[in-house]
Amino acid sequence: MRFTKDHEWVEVAGDIATIGITSYAAEQLGDVVFVDLPPAGKAVKAGEELAVVESVKAASDVYAPVSGEVVEANSEVAEAPETVNATPEGGGWFVKLKLSNPSEVDALMDRPAYEAFLATL
Amino acid sequence: MSDEALNTTPLTQAHIALGGRMVPFGGYSMPVQYPEGILKEHLWTRQNAGAFDVSHMGPSFLELNAKSGDGEADHRAIAAIAETLVCGDIRGLKPGQLRYTLMLNEAGGVIDDLMIGRPLQPGRQGMLYVIVNAGTKDGDFALIEKAAGEKARLIRADDRALIAIQGPKAAEVVGAIIPGALDLGFMQFRRIDLDGAGLVVSRSGYTGEDGFEILVPAIGGAAFWDRLLADERVKPIGLGARDSLRLEAGLPLYGHDLDATTSPAEASLAFAVSKRRLRDQDFPGAARVARELGGEITRRRIGLKVLGGPPAREGAEIANAAGEVVGTVTSGGFGPSVGGPIAMGYARPAYAEVGTQMKVIVRGKPGDAEVVAMPFAPHRYFRKAQT
Repeated sequence: MRFTKDHEWVEVAGDIATIGITSYAAEQLGDVVFVDLPPAGKAVKAGEELAVVESVKAASDVYAPVSGEVVEANSEVAEAPETVNATPEGGGWFVKLKLSNPSEVDALMDRPAYEAFLATL
Repeated sequence: MSDEALNTTPLTQAHIALGGRMVPFGGYSMPVQYPEGILKEHLWTRQNAGAFDVSHMGPSFLELNAKSGDGEADHRAIAAIAETLVCGDIRGLKPGQLRYTLMLNEAGGVIDDLMIGRPLQPGRQGMLYVIVNAGTKDGDFALIEKAAGEKARLIRADDRALIAIQGPKAAEVVGAIIPGALDLGFMQFRRIDLDGAGLVVSRSGYTGEDGFEILVPAIGGAAFWDRLLADERVKPIGLGARDSLRLEAGLPLYGHDLDATTSPAEASLAFAVSKRRLRDQDFPGAARVARELGGEITRRRIGLKVLGGPPAREGAEIANAAGEVVGTVTSGGFGPSVGGPIAMGYARPAYAEVGTQMKVIVRGKPGDAEVVAMPFAPHRYFRKAQT
């Protein structure tokens, strides 16, 4: 699993990247009440807005950590947003992307680097 | 604003010890939530009792400089000063009664919404208990002092702890600690001595629940807070849940749902305008308020239930069923007790009728919404039978 400074995670299997928000992000947001996910087929570039996650308090943007085309949005988080808080780095994933530039993944942090980054916050 | 510039309350250290997430609010460092989070805190308050630090607000006392000793005359004299600023009936307050009222500018816009109370004790007449909002208090206090001139003095009490305890179990909790508190009905207050400290206890709040707001001397504030929290029915509640609770209760938040351009009629707060004073046209902006209450009005505060889709938050546009923009959301979010997104905002009066189908535009996408009566969650105040 790889991570961004905006607290997204990416897990790659073949040319498909599963993307979600980290446990840290989920805890900071608090109770998630709505997730606005992109439709399948949408093309996104790394750094662009991918989804919006709404807690009781506020709406927060989720950025695409890598470029690609959305192949699946997680209907479970759309129907049961609390899944994001329960298992942010598992069942609470947001979308699966077909990678258009797999080398972008290499630029992201690995877990020790992300944890070191969290320690600076 | 840097952290160094933020004010603290007598309870700041207690919040940090409880794991409160501190944020800047109204010039103060305040807890937005504790570790359990906004959703649980909100629901706990609706089912049990929540304790809120509202010491950032502006409690104060306005007192005549030269009292006659005739309680009724002294009350009329101090009320006359307050009535130069607000549209409510202050003269007609009964001893021990608290009233929600509005401070207006000459254009009839709301400078602040506030509470004014008349002391119960015969020996304390000629004084008013005045509680204004945190973000507006310096301006409000300056206006009050100007209105008072040489006739009265304003005693700020915003260095003290002001603690709200709200929820269906608040009365049991407070009754066990403060003798006499349960004699109060909704919107009544009195001074009560507890262990040598003078408290001002009112049966009031901003969550729609039964509850109390208690002004405690700064030095005993943290100990009183701890005493409340020692009761297992009580949990500390942050500003996040305070906001979702007041939104569900349909209560406007100054700076969001009310500002210097909105009038009492537009804000659907006609109940806060005294009939006597409307007739006498003797408050700032009275001409506009009379005109608008007579029907010449261009917008109204309405409640909206969002029917699926994301919450519509402050700034989201409100459109009619045809998609024409007719207003703006002034506060909105997820209502934990309602179980879905709710909002309040202003729209043209033609769309104020309950049941009207509307749209809210969130991130460019229109979502279905319906005009509903406020409060969104029923008020559960404790009203005493009139004696």
